[in-house]
Amino acid sequence: MSEIIVITSGKGGVGKTTTTANLGVGLAIRGKKVVLIDTDTGLRNLDLLLGLENRIMYDLIDVTEGRVPYKKALVRHKKHDSLYLLPTSQIKDKTALNPAQLVALCEELRQQFDYILIDCPAGIEQGFKTAIAAADCAIVVTMPEISAVRDADKIIGELGRADKENIKLIVNRIRPQMVRSGDMLDMDDIDEILSLECIGQVPDDELVVTSTNRGEPVVSNKESLAGKAYSNIVGRICGEEIPFLEFGEEGFFVKLKRVFGW
Amino acid sequence: MIDAIMKLFGKSDKPSREIARDRLKVVLVHDRANISPEVMKLLKDDIIKVISNYMEINKQDMEITLADDENSVALVANIPVQRMKHSSKIQK
Repeated sequence: MSEIIVITSGKGGVGKTTTTANLGVGLAIRGKKVVLIDTDTGLRNLDLLLGLENRIMYDLIDVTEGRVPYKKALVRHKKHDSLYLLPTSQIKDKTALNPAQLVALCEELRQQFDYILIDCPAGIEQGFKTAIAAADCAIVVTMPEISAVRDADKIIGELGRADKENIKLIVNRIRPQMVRSGDMLDMDDIDEILSLECIGQVPDDELVVTSTNRGEPVVSNKESLAGKAYSNIVGRICGEEIPFLEFGEEGFFVKLKRVFGW
Repeated sequence: MIDAIMKLFGKSDKPSREIARDRLKVVLVHDRANISPEVMKLLKDDIIKVISNYMEINKQDMEITLADDENSVALVANIPVQRMKHSSKIQK
């Protein structure tokens, strides 16, 4: 049984592409056969995050317009050989792909892959509508920030209108210290506001930046807390019950403040 | 006293997390109700029209908002009544 998952957020810059890359690598590490489809036509970046930018010959639009079969456009990952990328065009724009074309392509890919992850563009326009068309379920990525949560809520509404009822939430770039000092929304707040099942909370981690610089998703770095969080999400996608990470110990001043009831 | 000291150190009474949560709840009620300011204005005008049949109201000070009531949306109207009309004046 293969599963088509769209990774979406509404707001840009919350980590859709980073999440897609990490879930893809994480699933491949578990031996799943995975294809990642970048649908952010004109602003492609998934190739960069995976370190595959120099290997692209053909793209998604070449496939949907019938110039090449999809197998020719797939880029196999250097380290994880069950992971493939289907990059999009950097020259064309969102009008180059319509929902019916993506649905047809995904039905073909279903025969070959365990997981098909679709990296959705930001916004709620045509690019978003196309990206979600083929999906069995959606992962909404948000951040503990009012604008990102509001946009996530809007996206959840749009997904509902498109009859996509299976929606999960990932809260990205949490800063545990700010949560503890009462200066950042935590996962429970966001759960309560969006009333959606959360499948992961990812801490803000400098190693995400350095691994992105190198084109190696952080999930394969065992030292990284964010990597561990992504790895746990992958486990939950595969149906395992994994408790959520606790982010470190409280500092002295936080404890002191609690003692005095400040 | 503690409040004053906390203020001295730049701490406000309410953690910013709670402010964020409260503001989000309010804005999402409006977002989800999907009512544009134009529609709210039309609704307000209609309510004024109906109520004016029965009483004189202060149109300037009246407030009509959507509020969060547990998991549902409530339409809250605060309409100051200036004078009741004589029942004989009410148009049937």
